[in-house]
Amino acid sequence: MILRKPKHTCGGCHGKCCLKVEHLSVRMGEDQILEDVSFHLHCGELIALIGPNGAGKSSLFKSILGEMPYHGTISFQSAELGLQKARIGYVPQSPGFDPGDPMSVLDLFVSATTDYPVFLPIPKAIRRKVIDCLSRVNGEGLIDKRLGTLSGGEIQRVLLAMALEPIPNLLILDEPMSGVDIEGERQLLDLLDQIREKYDLSVLLSTHDFQTLGRVDKVILLQKKILAAGPTGEVLCSDAFRRLFGSQQEGGVR
Amino acid sequence: MDLWYQLVDLLPFEWAEPGRMLFMKNALLAILVISPLFGLLSTMVVEKKMSFFSDALGHSAFTGIAAGTLAGFTDPSWCAVLLAVCFALLFTWVRNRTNLASDTVIGVFSSTAVALGIFLSTLGGRSFTKFNSLLVGDILSVTPEKIALLALILLLVALLWLTSLNQIALSAIHPALARSRGVQLIRQEALFNCAVAVVVTLSMTWVGLLVINSLLVLPGAAARNLARNMRQYTWISLALALISGFTGLMMSYYIGASTGASITLVLALCFALTFCFRKRCL
Repeated sequence: MILRKPKHTCGGCHGKCCLKVEHLSVRMGEDQILEDVSFHLHCGELIALIGPNGAGKSSLFKSILGEMPYHGTISFQSAELGLQKARIGYVPQSPGFDPGDPMSVLDLFVSATTDYPVFLPIPKAIRRKVIDCLSRVNGEGLIDKRLGTLSGGEIQRVLLAMALEPIPNLLILDEPMSGVDIEGERQLLDLLDQIREKYDLSVLLSTHDFQTLGRVDKVILLQKKILAAGPTGEVLCSDAFRRLFGSQQEGGVR
Repeated sequence: MDLWYQLVDLLPFEWAEPGRMLFMKNALLAILVISPLFGLLSTMVVEKKMSFFSDALGHSAFTGIAAGTLAGFTDPSWCAVLLAVCFALLFTWVRNRTNLASDTVIGVFSSTAVALGIFLSTLGGRSFTKFNSLLVGDILSVTPEKIALLALILLLVALLWLTSLNQIALSAIHPALARSRGVQLIRQEALFNCAVAVVVTLSMTWVGLLVINSLLVLPGAAARNLARNMRQYTWISLALALISGFTGLMMSYYIGASTGASITLVLALCFALTFCFRKRCL
């Protein structure tokens, strides 16, 4: 087992670790948001983070992204490249878009990933590049759609395509399944499997949807500290899980 | 200006005859500078859901002019610009420091500004009537120097658009995504609000406080009815602002009514028309 309760450091990783979080603590004013959180995420691995609202999932992401001050160490290492700064792709939690927004998928891409002013005619080269990016998530056909007309699953795929440009070492998804229907969720999980295999990247996602957990390598149950961590079945059977989610049964209940 | 007068002389209007009605030609040029300013800003004011922010700014500009007059400046508009910029920055700061909704914060600022303006202008029992012209505006009294100033502002706004529109639009549509892409949200917002503040304050004298807000909302709102992407959105908004500006000025000349109000009515008509032909879901 690679995920440990706090106070342990990495033992049998053989230098293949992608992300090491050790003794991470975050304070916000008086409140202790995260306390002594340690875990490792390996190349090609998918870890799901679960926990009630306010458990510190977003704070953990922000710490890894460098948007929030923390104590402890967050380091990145790869077998080929040695110690280096990780390139992190981030898919933020998405509120859904205003149906009237006059912004197309192409516009969103251009405004987020280039300096080219989005109100001028967009050159063919940029358009081609955006199509390339979208093809990674099987979304070439979405390029001229307005954001307001996209389904929850399509929004997540578009945001995922943006997070994959440039190809990151670590992919973080904040609640990617919220607002996504069952079919969209299956597509998204298939896509994540393809992507992490193809690009050998690690994925860390947070979710409230326990259906997702059947498809991940490891689960971390977080509430300020790591309460349980390990293979899905183990965590879902743990006392901590039962205590937090009470009558909710494994699979299906949101 | 001479070049402009020669150009206008070619137009087939009675006021365009050589040597006549210079004020009308000045007004036309001013409209051609002011309309694109509002056309551009309008798109992002609507996108950022800040339609009433400009209203509050207009009030603060009025406060600034009242304060400037009280302090004895001959041209109080600089005082007003300064105050409006401070107002915009303070507004941005407060909005990012509270959990109150944007419209509540705007309401707080707007009412404070207008109360302060009336308080200052009527201080010592003076009459309010000399400020009436500000409420309605008078484009015909615009001077070439003022037009040059407005043209400079237009240039700066165009520059802002070329360098920062991506970031402004991205932070309006998806703040979390913008932050993760390295956009400094508060700095962007402050910059944009200051731009609106300067434009509103400097054009208020010519357009009129009461209708200036409509110029910042209607072109964008009408363009939104039709546009399917950012290019259409921006250019339709610009075109509508220009057409309405020109038509409104002509209306006010031939029918004899306030120019600001005429322009607004034409814009409202544009909105009604675009509403009828609005896009269905793609």
